Amino acid sequence: MDRLQQLYREVILEHSRRPRNFRRLHAPARCADGINQLCGDRLRLCVNGDGARIDEAAFEGAGCAISIASASLLTEAVAGRTCDDALALADRLEQALSGTAPEDLGALEALCGVRAFPTRIRCATLAWRALRAALHGETRPVSTERAPNTPDTRTWTKTSHDVRPDQ
Amino acid sequence: MSATPEQFAATGTLDVEALRAEFPALHQEINGHPLIYLDSAASAQRPAVVIDAIADYYRHDHANVHRGVHTLSDRATRAFEAARERVAGFINAAATHEVIWTRGTTEAINLVAQSHLRPRIGPGDEILVTWMEHHSNIVPWQLVCEQTGARLVAAPVTDAGEIDMAAFERLLGPQTRLVAVNHVSNALGTINPVARIVELAHAHDAPVLVDGAQAAPHLQVDVQALGCDFYAFSGHKVFGPTGIGVLWGRETLLDAMPPWHGGGEMIREVSFDGSTWNELPFKFEAGTPHIAGAVGLAAALEWLEHQDRTALAAHEADLLAHATHTLSEFEGLRIVGTAPHKASVVSFVFNDIHAHDIGTILDHEGVAIRTGHHCTMPLLRHYGLAATARASFSVYNTRAEIDRLAAALAKALTLFR
Ligand SMILES: [Zn+2]
Repeated sequence: MDRLQQLYREVILEHSRRPRNFRRLHAPARCADGINQLCGDRLRLCVNGDGARIDEAAFEGAGCAISIASASLLTEAVAGRTCDDALALADRLEQALSGTAPEDLGALEALCGVRAFPTRIRCATLAWRALRAALHGETRPVSTERAPNTPDTRTWTKTSHDVRPDQ
Repeated sequence: MSATPEQFAATGTLDVEALRAEFPALHQEINGHPLIYLDSAASAQRPAVVIDAIADYYRHDHANVHRGVHTLSDRATRAFEAARERVAGFINAAATHEVIWTRGTTEAINLVAQSHLRPRIGPGDEILVTWMEHHSNIVPWQLVCEQTGARLVAAPVTDAGEIDMAAFERLLGPQTRLVAVNHVSNALGTINPVARIVELAHAHDAPVLVDGAQAAPHLQVDVQALGCDFYAFSGHKVFGPTGIGVLWGRETLLDAMPPWHGGGEMIREVSFDGSTWNELPFKFEAGTPHIAGAVGLAAALEWLEHQDRTALAAHEADLLAHATHTLSEFEGLRIVGTAPHKASVVSFVFNDIHAHDIGTILDHEGVAIRTGHHCTMPLLRHYGLAATARASFSVYNTRAEIDRLAAALAKALTLFR
């Protein structure tokens, strides 16, 4: 497999064509927007849960195959995890993609082809940055131009950035 | 200006291989393939004479300009002012002191926005642009609007990618205090009817600023024939250095404008009671300028003027026709921007592959194109798009390179479909 086939593995293409959990979650779901300035990827990621655990995650938006596949994989990977666990997974993924940590990512390993394409790493991390923002109650859209949002001490149940159905 | 392929066949004198040999950066491999550079609308490559001119300047002639009595300062000043003269000739300015050095098109537009327009407008006034402006011909006006209470109005664009001239005319009025329009669209390639726009705007006493960033490399620009009031372009798109650009303005308008940056060079006399401004063009050039940039830009313009520009235009027209035809063969590909008068730019989208993925696959094959919104988000939003792939052709590109582009696209389709 050449670099390109590593990047566009069948599982990535399949998720980009038929993204899982591609829908809107209504209040009291926590949502955050992610924007990739480089290529215009733009998505909204939402999570539902009891505050400590994520029951379901879903997303909407438009973007390249990598950003859509990554968001789709995310929704499957974080459902049922505690928030802390999901954030730790986001960290592990970012570290694996930047080559600073070994891959131990289960289904997410399919994303590791982007390591050979530095300009595309931001596509793969977009949904995960939006996940962090949603869990931390960030109100501003996250951009992949900036460093990852630093975790704050608020929990996502205490803040009130609820997304109304009409939003 | 826009030669047809038939004219190309008639002239056919351009030796593209010899011309390519003058551009060192073109001769390299990317990811194991010969580089095919189809991103000249973002920034062109430079011929060796430009690179050498900059190096020679630094090796032999550098000193600060307009300051010293010593020989090097004199040499640098002469080179710097000769460059200004070269620019004046390139755009057929009425006077050399109408040429103001800036860092680029963006800074030139900001200068006009802040120095010319801001003191003259207020609530109820309008600035008229079009949907197909680059962000740098939108945002400086938005800033002025925020500062003054004026309103920014944009004329719509047709599906083919031309300014809707009837709508444009309707939007003009006594409230229009300035019209700002691109000469050639960076995202679509459309060559806009600037002379006609100027005529309409002047009938309402509205001055016209032309963003010529994309036109300077393709068209023979004559600011007096266009009739416009300000014309801006950048060095790096016309085979010159980055960080240098030009604002041309009518002397009467420039004279009436206050300086916008304070510092050395732009003053005549400074005291703590106040300072007096230097004359044109120095009034707008505070601080030590980008002397090497000006020297490099002059070398680029001299190089360009020594080419058979009719043959260059014919070659570019041929590339555009070949690319348009070749890309149209692809199923599911849509060309965005199909105006009859276009510079050699082709924006396109596939219905099932995102532009960003196309860009990566093409790069893997050594083909450099631009993908994204091209700093024209309002325009792409109008077409319902977030991103396009854009192949832009310059005089050093060939039909064979367009065929390689097509082969790389075919590979992308195999991978995705
Ligand atoms: Zn992307």
